[in-house]
Amino acid sequence: MASVTVDTTAADAVTEKGVKPPRLAPNYWPFVVPALVVIGAVIVFPWVFTLWMSVNSWTLGQEQTFIGLDNYVRLAGDMRFWESMWHTAIYTVLSVVAPLFLGTLAALVFDGQFPLRGFLRGVFVMPMMATPVAIALVWTMMFHPQLGVLNYLLSLVGIGAQEWIYNQSTVIPSLVLVETWQWTPLIMLIVLGGLAAVPREPYESAEIDGANAWQKFRYLTLPMIAPFLMIAVIIRSIDAVKSFDIIYAMTQGGPGTASETINIYLYNTAFAYYDIGYGSAMAVVFFVVIVALSFVLMMVRARTNWSDMEDR
Amino acid sequence: MTYRVWNRIGLFFAAFIMISPVILFFIWMISLSLKFEIDNGAYPPILIPERVAWSNYAKVFEENNFLLYFWNSVLVTGAATLLALIIGVPAGYGIARLKAERAAMVIMIARMTPGLSFLIPLFLLFQWMNLLGTLLPQIIIHLVVTVPIVVWIMIGYFETTPKELEEAASIDGATSWQVFRLVALPIAKPGIVVAFILAVIFSWNNFVFGIVLASRETRTLPVAVYNMLSFEQVSWGPLAAAALIVTLPVLVLTMFAQKQIVAGLTAGAVKGG
Repeated sequence: MASVTVDTTAADAVTEKGVKPPRLAPNYWPFVVPALVVIGAVIVFPWVFTLWMSVNSWTLGQEQTFIGLDNYVRLAGDMRFWESMWHTAIYTVLSVVAPLFLGTLAALVFDGQFPLRGFLRGVFVMPMMATPVAIALVWTMMFHPQLGVLNYLLSLVGIGAQEWIYNQSTVIPSLVLVETWQWTPLIMLIVLGGLAAVPREPYESAEIDGANAWQKFRYLTLPMIAPFLMIAVIIRSIDAVKSFDIIYAMTQGGPGTASETINIYLYNTAFAYYDIGYGSAMAVVFFVVIVALSFVLMMVRARTNWSDMEDR
Repeated sequence: MTYRVWNRIGLFFAAFIMISPVILFFIWMISLSLKFEIDNGAYPPILIPERVAWSNYAKVFEENNFLLYFWNSVLVTGAATLLALIIGVPAGYGIARLKAERAAMVIMIARMTPGLSFLIPLFLLFQWMNLLGTLLPQIIIHLVVTVPIVVWIMIGYFETTPKELEEAASIDGATSWQVFRLVALPIAKPGIVVAFILAVIFSWNNFVFGIVLASRETRTLPVAVYNMLSFEQVSWGPLAAAALIVTLPVLVLTMFAQKQIVAGLTAGAVKGG
């Protein structure tokens, strides 16, 4: 959606410059300046300062020394860092795919007309507004291997007890379960917005041609909501990569380092070991990874939009 | 006609199945918070206990200083949201009218940046300024969450409000400030409400800034509830009660302001931190 608005404003600007004669424009800058000052202080200054710290060796309480790119070299050879990258990648892919699938399904349901629709949608949206730490604590209790309600529910359908977040091989899928529970509604809302813009006519002619429900979804709905799915993927990916609260509150990266994502390792480096310089280098790399990821996704999005236009 | 009725009933049940994990979770949360230790440790689990442990809630407030932490949360979220509205609404207006895409881009990138990368430098700054131990560092750093939300939503909103009235007013001799104050601002009220609600929610929920910046007296609720888990004998009843207290204000707000939240999230899809 963001780039759609950007496109139109850019087009407006061109026509205005070209057609309208110059006139006395009101001065809008005073409105922006206070925010620029605050953004400079709490957002841009930290960016610059982080960059500067990343080329220093600096553990809290000790002298800082300029060491050039040594922190980055150390990062390249840090197995724990590469492992955390890998955990982040798995965590992110799973936390995008599962909510995307369920959220689209939910959007198709909520696009219809049925009693209590508004109320039920309100309930459905609650998890993503709820306080993540509070949610995480309750999930931790539900995951408890002996006393947790989830293992009891599994036993009812004949599945053996799981160790959930207490086992190295199941910890990430278990965390993704919580993440999915929390963020499926956001995908639902975005896709619902896309479905609202879908025209009726193609469906009527498809029905005359005898298309079944799946064919209508596959060849009509899906191509038309594809741009919205892409937006959902971009937003969800950025949030999943940065996920912190749920992981930290439930496992702190454990057992061992089995669920340690970049964000958690970064936190531990900076605020458990107080290795500020090294932590800053990690923050810089993490930032680059996120920007690169969003850039790639936006490129993909621009391309899908374009080919869709041609098909129509 | 009957086909349509059946279709509606079918969709209702499908929707009900989709939201059942949400309902079951919150019912279980309430159940945990109202049971004594014996019932919480029972196998098979008990949903509705014979004796209801209202004392869990009393315990949270008696033993954990929760009133203070509740008040801290109100102060931090209130101040950070108010400041964000005061500077963010005019900024959104200015950026929308100037079509300042680079400024909008900075806001966008700020939204993508992980909260931790703001935390390291600002933590050092606050330490150097000797501010740790007061609520001020948390209020300031929550601006990282609230300002981008407010500015982003207001840019989007002011782009949709008509410019003709404003132009007419300025031809009649109104100053830029008067145009904003008397013409643009009143029309933008629904947008401001959306920005306010989302800023409050994401500031209230924020956890990562608090665990680093808060001392014993300056904890906000999410940090306080986390600390209950890590430093005490974990007893589930009071813990679940505390979790419910922390998130209840946000859930109530979500139910009442559902329309605004949906509008804001689908328009800007902004999440802080």
